[in-house]
Amino acid sequence: MITALVVEYVAALADRALVLSHRLTECLTHAPEIEEEVALANIALDLLGQARVLYARGGELEGMGRTEDDFAYWRTDQEFRSPLLVEEPNGDFAHVMMRQFLHDAWAIELWTSLRGSCDETVAGVAAKAVNETAYHLRHSSAWVRRLGDGTDESHARLQTALDGLWWLTGELFEVLASDRQAVAAGIGINPESLRQGWLSRVGSVLSEAGLTIPTVSYMATGGRSGSHSEALSRMLAEMQSVARAHPGAAW
Amino acid sequence: MDRFQALIDADLRIEPHDDLPEAYRETLIRQIAQHAHSELIGMQPEGNWLTRAPSLRRKAILLAKVQDEAGHALYLYGAAETLGIDRDEMIDRLHRGTQKYSTIFNYPTLTWADVGAIAWLVDGAAIVNQIPLCRCSYGPYARAMVRVCKEESFHQRQGVELLLALMNGTPAQKAMAQDALDRWWWPTLMMFGPPDDDSPRSAQSMKWRIKRMSNDELRQRFVDITAPQAVVLGLRIPDSLLQWNEARGHYDFGPVDWGEFARVVSGDGPCNRRRIAIRTAAHEDGQWVRDASAAYATKHGPT
Repeated sequence: MITALVVEYVAALADRALVLSHRLTECLTHAPEIEEEVALANIALDLLGQARVLYARGGELEGMGRTEDDFAYWRTDQEFRSPLLVEEPNGDFAHVMMRQFLHDAWAIELWTSLRGSCDETVAGVAAKAVNETAYHLRHSSAWVRRLGDGTDESHARLQTALDGLWWLTGELFEVLASDRQAVAAGIGINPESLRQGWLSRVGSVLSEAGLTIPTVSYMATGGRSGSHSEALSRMLAEMQSVARAHPGAAW
Repeated sequence: MDRFQALIDADLRIEPHDDLPEAYRETLIRQIAQHAHSELIGMQPEGNWLTRAPSLRRKAILLAKVQDEAGHALYLYGAAETLGIDRDEMIDRLHRGTQKYSTIFNYPTLTWADVGAIAWLVDGAAIVNQIPLCRCSYGPYARAMVRVCKEESFHQRQGVELLLALMNGTPAQKAMAQDALDRWWWPTLMMFGPPDDDSPRSAQSMKWRIKRMSNDELRQRFVDITAPQAVVLGLRIPDSLLQWNEARGHYDFGPVDWGEFARVVSGDGPCNRRRIAIRTAAHEDGQWVRDASAAYATKHGPT
C-alpha cells in the first residue's frame, strides 16, 4: 500500500543523492587536479540524475502534484530525510573522498538490492545506479588506497577523516517506520540487510589502505528522521535562495 | 623548414613530428595555453551559481556545462603539450601571470541570469572565434576545436533557452535578463581582441594560417549573428548606435571602450585577483594530494 511513509522512503532516496551531489558540486574549481574536477562533476551529475527521477516518482506515488523542484526547493531541512553522513561539510580532499567511499560502498549494496523493487521506476533507477555507483566506488576506493598508502601526510589526513566520519555510518542501517512500510509495499529494502556487505567492502579497502577503523562510543542518529546537523539548513538556504526569492516563477 | 612552409602554403596540417619554426611553436603555445586557461578559469564565474541554480533541471545542465569546460581545458592542455611544454609549466605560468586567459572571465556573475548571458554571449563569441580555428594549420589544435565547437554550440543554445524562460517569466525575471545583457554585452565584444590596427601579432598568425579571420571581422560576424537573436529574445542591446546598415550588409555598432579592455588585461578587472587567488589556492591545497599520488605510483606503479 502506498502510504505517506512509502512516499517519504522514495523521497529519502532522492534526498541523500541530492545532498551528496550538492556537496560535491561545492568542491568544483577547488579540486587537486583537473581530471578530478571532471570526475567530481560527473559523480555529482549522476547523483543529481538519480535524485530527480526519484523525486518525480515520489510525487507521482503521493498523487498531490508535487514536482521534483517542490521536493528540493520548497521543503525545510527538517523535512529532508538524508543521513547525516552526506550533509557533512567538505573538509580537505581526504575528507571528501572518505565520505564518498563510505557512501559508495553502502550505495552499491542498496542499489543492488533495490533492483528487485516492485516499483518499476525505483527498480529502473536502481539498475542504472548500480553501474554508476560501481564507477563511483572504484574511484573513491582508488583514492582511499592512494592516499592511505601515499605519503605520511596523506595517510594521517585520511585516518583523521575516517575517525571523524565513522560515527555517522551507523544511521545508514537503522530500520525506521518508513523502511518497514516500504518493505511491506514491496518497494523498499531493509537497511539492516546491507550491513554485512558494506562492512566487508569497507573493511577490505581500509585494510589495504593501512587505516584503522576507530572505536566509537556512540553512533550518531537523526538525519534520516529530519533531525539534522547545523550544516544542512545552511546548505539548503544557499541552494534554495534564488527559487525562493521568486515564488511561482518558472525557470 | 622548407617542408613546413610547403605544408602551410598547401593549406595542409602541421603535425607534432614536423619541424617547426620556434616562433610558430611559441605563438601556438601562447594561444592554446591561453585558451586552456580560459576554460579552467571560466569554470569559476559559472560555478558561482552552481549551488544556487533555481531548478534541478538547470542545476544538471549547468553542472554538465562546467564539467565540459574542465574537459576542454584538459584536451587543450593536451594539444599544447604536443608542442613540448608540459601542463604543470603552463599552469605555473597562469598562476604567475605570464600567460593570460580571456578577459571576459574577470567580470563577476551577479545574478542567475548571468549564467544565461554567459552561455548566449560568451559561448556564442567563443564559437565565432573557434569555428575558423577548426581549420587552423596546427593539426592537434584544429582537431581539439572541432570537438570543443560541438559542445560550445550546445552550451550556447541552452543559454538562449534559459534566457527565453526568464523573458517568458515574471517582471523580475525579465529585468534580471536585461540587466545581465547590459553588463555582459561590451565585455563580450572585447573577447575578439584589440582592433586590427592595434593587433601586433595578427598578421603573422594569419600568414601561418593559425588565424583565418581578423579580430574586427570576427567581432562584426558576432554582432551580425547576435543582434537578431536579441530581438527574438525581447532584449535590448545596450548600444544606441547599433543598427542595420543595408549598404554594408552588416550591423553598425558603437565604439568599444578599449581603455577598459587594457585595464582588465593588465590585471585590474573586477575579478582578476579573486580568480587567480582561487585557482592558486586550489593548486596549493592539492599539492599534498598530488604528492601522495606520485608516492603511491612509485610504490605500486601507475594506477
